[in-house]
Amino acid sequence: MSLSDTFKTLTKPAHAVSGIGDKISELPRVSRWSLVALFIVSLYLMPWWPEVPVLGWLVDTPGTSFEGVITDKVVIYVLVALGLNVVVGLAGLLDLGYVGFYAVGAYVVGVLSSQHANLPWLVCVPIAVAVSMLAGVILGTPTLRLRGDYLAIVTLGFGEIIRISANNADWLGGSRGISKIAKPPNIGPLKFGILDAKPYFFLGLTVILITVFFLRRLENSRVGRAWNAVREDEDAAELMGVHTFKFKLWAFAIGAAIGGLAGTLYAGKVRFINPSNFPLQLSILFIAAVVLGGTGNMWGAVLGGAVVAWMPERFRGFADKRVFVFGVALVLVMVFRPQGLIPRKIRKERWLANWKPSQSGDADSGVSRG
Amino acid sequence: MQTAGCPVADTILSVDNVTMQFGGVTALSEVNFGIERGEILGLIGPNGAGKTTCFNVITGVYAATSGSVTFDGQPLAGLKRFQITKRGIARTFQNIRLFPDMTAVENVMVGADANHKTSVGGALIGSRRHHREEREGRDRAMELLTFMGIADRAGDAARNLPYGYQRRLEIARALATGPKLLCLDEPAAGFTPAEKQELMDLIRKIRSQGYTVLLIEHDMSLVMGVTDRIVVLDFGKVIAMGSPAEVQNNPDVIAAYLGVPDDAA
Repeated sequence: MSLSDTFKTLTKPAHAVSGIGDKISELPRVSRWSLVALFIVSLYLMPWWPEVPVLGWLVDTPGTSFEGVITDKVVIYVLVALGLNVVVGLAGLLDLGYVGFYAVGAYVVGVLSSQHANLPWLVCVPIAVAVSMLAGVILGTPTLRLRGDYLAIVTLGFGEIIRISANNADWLGGSRGISKIAKPPNIGPLKFGILDAKPYFFLGLTVILITVFFLRRLENSRVGRAWNAVREDEDAAELMGVHTFKFKLWAFAIGAAIGGLAGTLYAGKVRFINPSNFPLQLSILFIAAVVLGGTGNMWGAVLGGAVVAWMPERFRGFADKRVFVFGVALVLVMVFRPQGLIPRKIRKERWLANWKPSQSGDADSGVSRG
Repeated sequence: MQTAGCPVADTILSVDNVTMQFGGVTALSEVNFGIERGEILGLIGPNGAGKTTCFNVITGVYAATSGSVTFDGQPLAGLKRFQITKRGIARTFQNIRLFPDMTAVENVMVGADANHKTSVGGALIGSRRHHREEREGRDRAMELLTFMGIADRAGDAARNLPYGYQRRLEIARALATGPKLLCLDEPAAGFTPAEKQELMDLIRKIRSQGYTVLLIEHDMSLVMGVTDRIVVLDFGKVIAMGSPAEVQNNPDVIAAYLGVPDDAA
């Protein structure tokens, strides 16, 4: 069995699982929206979670500041997992070099705000996203003709090329990296400084929510359907009129843009980057986040990203064995829940209950050739 | 009897001198035939005769080694597979190839999307066209599922549908692309005689809606009962062409396809 086949078995959806999501969407509109609002508010209160009695004990990270963990790692990983989920989960393209796009985003901010220019962070972000997207298109155009394992190998190479090029190019700071990167501008009471990490968290969370909003729109459109069709059976999709190459390239470009966006947040927060921040291992960890959470399920990706970012910090108590404990935890999840924590679900066609034939008369009349 | 090669005004698809070689193997050799608009043409032949290869050449899966395929007055050479579908040729598969984890109605909507234009931009801003096309796609999909008699399981994953439903779902998905020519590759494989009869009626009904149908089929009774004309392939060559009755009594066909004369009926 090839690598990508093995991988595909991980992306099978669970059947007949009535998740929390279904229960929520069956509620009346008002209670549904209040629940969603409540959930979002509680997310914004995350920096204070350690002070809540039981929850605090559960989530707090001994030895590291919880606030630091959620701003430096969790929001970044969640955003990255969301982007990677488009490529891997929706379109079914195994991308093992995703860290490359993340690095491109971070480096564009570094170059434009410190190394070669003094542009403000906010100006750098759209440029960085555009450049990452372009990198996705440049990588995708020749390689998306490949399938399965071959695509995985090429993307793996891409990630390494970006890192090694950054290491060798003096105008990118070489192995010393780039320091004094611009930080996000202060917004009212939110001061982006060294002392308080919370503003970065709020910024990251807001970016995630906006990303989720737009990704949902894509998922529920012709684009999302085309991606799913490509993942399920690329040849059949093409023969049913799906321009598979175009939609695969879109998946790659959108994934790359989100990866780059995560890179800009990272650069704006740590304000110092060097090539060793973007190792191959990170690509693998990003894939692990998506698979652990539930490939093809956006909420799964969010949870997976959060868990992969947070868990090693939670286990700091195990000192030098913490990565081992983290690894065992990942293996256990994969053994007992191979579809991930929140598996992809068969789409619920809610509108079906209310669907009525729009034309009167028997059904035969509707199918003739226009 | 020989209609191929001569450009009749109403020939929707013509296959001219198509040869298809895979390395040293010649799967199709100088194949010539045409399909008239509005007819049901049967393509039959023993196993390995080249029927599915012929299908694959028509739908662009393979590029013919030599010869050409003309559809609706335009050559198909050089077109991508999805472009051929958009021109108006849709197909089903010998081995069912649905999108297993998508619902039945979603499967059909993918087909309907061949006529739609919404892309990333329109979906992101939730354009008016996006909403209109979603609504149209749903209506079209439900109409086709109703037409095929499988609308009761519209919300189920394709993988969970019974075999007969899956076969019919493939036809619904192909019809959703809005084809002028519908190519069915052994649509009745694995069916009981009663189901085959039902399918025959359905194919006739599809034709009466104005579609042209190209049908590959093993089951002689189905082919004889439903087709207007039949093309017989054997070892990659057209050995006979004509009405079911003509083909049925053609000694070459009897020899090649049916083996012993007694089985001809």
